[in-house]
Amino acid sequence: MSLLHVENLRVDIPMGNRPTPDDMLHAVRGLTFEVERGEMLCIVGESGCGKSLTSLALMDLLPRNAKRSASRLTLDGIDMIGQSERHMCDLRGNRLAMIFQEPMTSLNPAYSIGDQLSEVLTRHHKVSRKDAIARAAQMLEKVGISNATERLRQYPHQLSGGLRQRVIIAMALMCEPDLIIADEPTTALDVTIQAQILRLIRDIQKELGLAVIFITHDLGLVARIADRVAVMYAGEIVETAPARQLFENPQHPYTRGLLASIPIPGRTRPGEALGSIPGLVPSLVGEQQGCAFRNRCAQAIAACAQDIPEVEQDGHMARCLFATPAPEPIRLRERARS
Amino acid sequence: MLGFLLRRLGIAICVAITVSVISFSLLHLSGDLATAIGGPEATSEQIEQIRVQYGLNKPLPTQYFNWLGDLLRLDLGDSFFFQESVYNLVASRLPITLGLGAMALGIALLVAIPLGVLAAVKRDTWVDRLALSIAVLGQAMPSFWFALMLIVVFAVTLKWLPVSGNSTMLHFVMPAIALGYYATPAIMRLTRAGMLDVLSSDYIRTARAKGLRPARVLFKHALRNALIPVVALAAVEFGFMLGGSVVIETVFSLQGIGQLAWDAIARDDFPVVQAVVLLIAVIYIILTLLADVLNALLDPRIRVR
Amino acid sequence: MSTPTTLAINDYLPPPSSLSRVLGKSLRHRGFAIGAALLLIIFAGALFAPWLAPYDPYAQDVVLRMKPPAWMANGTWEYVLGTDKLGRDYLSRLLYGARISLFIGIAAALLSGFIGTVMGLLAGYYGGKVDAFISYLITTRLAMPVVMVALASASLMGGSLKVVIVLLGCLLWDRFAVVVRASVQQIRDAEYIASAQALGCSTLRILVSEILPNLVGALIVVATLEMAHAILLESALSFLGVGVQPPTPSWGLMIAEGKPYMFFSPWVIAIPGVALMILVLGINLVGDGLRDLILPDGRN
Repeated sequence: MSLLHVENLRVDIPMGNRPTPDDMLHAVRGLTFEVERGEMLCIVGESGCGKSLTSLALMDLLPRNAKRSASRLTLDGIDMIGQSERHMCDLRGNRLAMIFQEPMTSLNPAYSIGDQLSEVLTRHHKVSRKDAIARAAQMLEKVGISNATERLRQYPHQLSGGLRQRVIIAMALMCEPDLIIADEPTTALDVTIQAQILRLIRDIQKELGLAVIFITHDLGLVARIADRVAVMYAGEIVETAPARQLFENPQHPYTRGLLASIPIPGRTRPGEALGSIPGLVPSLVGEQQGCAFRNRCAQAIAACAQDIPEVEQDGHMARCLFATPAPEPIRLRERARS
Repeated sequence: MLGFLLRRLGIAICVAITVSVISFSLLHLSGDLATAIGGPEATSEQIEQIRVQYGLNKPLPTQYFNWLGDLLRLDLGDSFFFQESVYNLVASRLPITLGLGAMALGIALLVAIPLGVLAAVKRDTWVDRLALSIAVLGQAMPSFWFALMLIVVFAVTLKWLPVSGNSTMLHFVMPAIALGYYATPAIMRLTRAGMLDVLSSDYIRTARAKGLRPARVLFKHALRNALIPVVALAAVEFGFMLGGSVVIETVFSLQGIGQLAWDAIARDDFPVVQAVVLLIAVIYIILTLLADVLNALLDPRIRVR
Repeated sequence: MSTPTTLAINDYLPPPSSLSRVLGKSLRHRGFAIGAALLLIIFAGALFAPWLAPYDPYAQDVVLRMKPPAWMANGTWEYVLGTDKLGRDYLSRLLYGARISLFIGIAAALLSGFIGTVMGLLAGYYGGKVDAFISYLITTRLAMPVVMVALASASLMGGSLKVVIVLLGCLLWDRFAVVVRASVQQIRDAEYIASAQALGCSTLRILVSEILPNLVGALIVVATLEMAHAILLESALSFLGVGVQPPTPSWGLMIAEGKPYMFFSPWVIAIPGVALMILVLGINLVGDGLRDLILPDGRN
């Protein structure tokens, strides 16, 4: 049984002052995926595709006016949709934890690092503050922070961005969660620090056997750390596959377009133009039908205006009428034909 | 930070001196003091005597510096009306006003902060609108009228509280409410605004993601940051309350410095008036300085380690 | 010392905006609409007092003194709101009292607005030593207990309508100065000022024709609040006897005159107080509404 089971997750946000059903923004439209124990799943997509909202929806931390629903949302068999807020609080930080994008503002400036770290442990388990602090020191060391005891007494403003993000990772690990959701944890950091944090997350994940959902817009990152990849577009998952298969045999036109638009060392020849995907992401306000990518897709046909079923084989899923289950390698540099 | 404080202190002292000059000139330039002291029946010789006795025949700047010199030795002169030194008068009444002010501030905070938190948490619902309406209504009432209405309702009709005097704690309840309610709207709004600001911040999101219970997120994480400006405001409001004590103490016949000032004003007892105005101004200056210091102390980002 | 100043700036600093755009939206703001309605009622009452008032507010009739309002026992519909200790009709006095309050409020706001705006303009435009000096004056003014100083001064100069207005005008300018100064500092470095200077416009002309129009929004908001402040202060001064003198029907004075009778005839003090409350409430609602509308990001 998979650790996390998500079926038909939806997030709808009413727009405007007195919204009618036509004013509903369908930000996440029927997501279905699974995460196995110890697996690193990367959710890739451009800004606005709904990936951050997905992570918040999993944690039930959506903004007040957003509505979430799902046919099934279970973590290790525990139902998370019908859960009362009280029980969700028991799960958060404990069985599933989250790492956010902005380390500079994600820690409370008024309390020490040690305070904020130990707080997670004392909240969920019956440990004394002393023991919690000791464990916090352990965690700090695990995430590569030396002088742990001194750091515990410091305040967030005394730490750099990279250090703060390490603290936040340590905070997520305090209760040894089964699943960690990381929402673009390296995007706001310097490039050199990015690499360090990335390596850290990967190493810890392997060492502790954690399941991680890593959300990012950067395909390069995905290539380095992912076990499996889910590609999101306009609120839907358009393709899921083990990492290697995705890069070698992308089935969905969007995925191919994405891959064509990034330079791949060893394959892209210098001086060669990168591809791009013409058109814009469609508006998700009001009722939706059919493939959301069809207005930008060179292969679109009339049938694409109807809801597209998933085509799956051997763990590789694509939501496209043209998806071929056969594992044939395709030339990666396809230009979009207008 | 020390430099910051010293600069503030310097300005504060300059301001205090300016206020003392204003306070001094207000009274000495408003007419012939000697005549005023002597009263309508005094003869010109008596007036001349008074002039010499009080040093009113010396040039004004000399008078001022003499007065200032005395002031710094805490010699505030003698009251024209009461046969007592101004210092004694003020010293005996100050505790009452300070106590009243503290109680008023306490009541204001006890009402305003929870209301502000509630309004922020239940933003845009009827609770929020009700709290804001209470705030708006509160700022529209004249304080002396509110005081009188309190008396009519609680002392006369319901007979729960005494009307005047200052012997027991109960005597201070209505005056404290009448004095404190005016600060409530400002504190409530600031708390609400601060909470709304803080509640939408990233570290609150982190706190929720850690699974902390809503009450803990609210009171331990949010309030601690949201209340920083409120502390500064409270210090400033306390100063306003001391100034506004004149009206309240008069209505309730409390023997504080507000009542003292009013009696002195009515009787042209200039030394007392001067002293009280100056005292309150100095307290106010100290309070605003304190407010800045508190702000710096409480906000860990400003604090330099 | 900067704390109240900082609070004031954060509350009121608007970017340059068009007043006509604002007026269009104003009536949809509920607080503004209620406030405006209240103000309109009182304004109409004051304006048409000679026609609305059933009696001369100064006419005494000792026989009919201390009559309660019409809806209470012993009341009569001839004197709808009752009479005071000298037998004067309360409704008439209330209507004429509205004139006093409005007049004082507007006059004091105008005077203090003028003083404060000039100071703010000078401080903001010239900066440097001028700014330092004026800021120092503002800080000094903020350090003084307004009520006490007003009481002492009014007592010294003798209470009267004129004295009250001049006094309040000279005491309530600080918020104007703070807001104008901050706004001018914002605008000062804008390009159109530089081009006006390059064209050789005199400083006065620049101040009046370029900078001032942009301050109108902020000024109106502050003016409404200081107007309310002035009205409350006048009522306190009159209540204590050093403001408007009898027999002029100031609401604060009416409360003072009614105080000895308040235990048995509480309506004598209740009615003028409620009138004051409605007036100040109306002004505050309008002021808050204007501020919400002029500040696009809305501090609420």
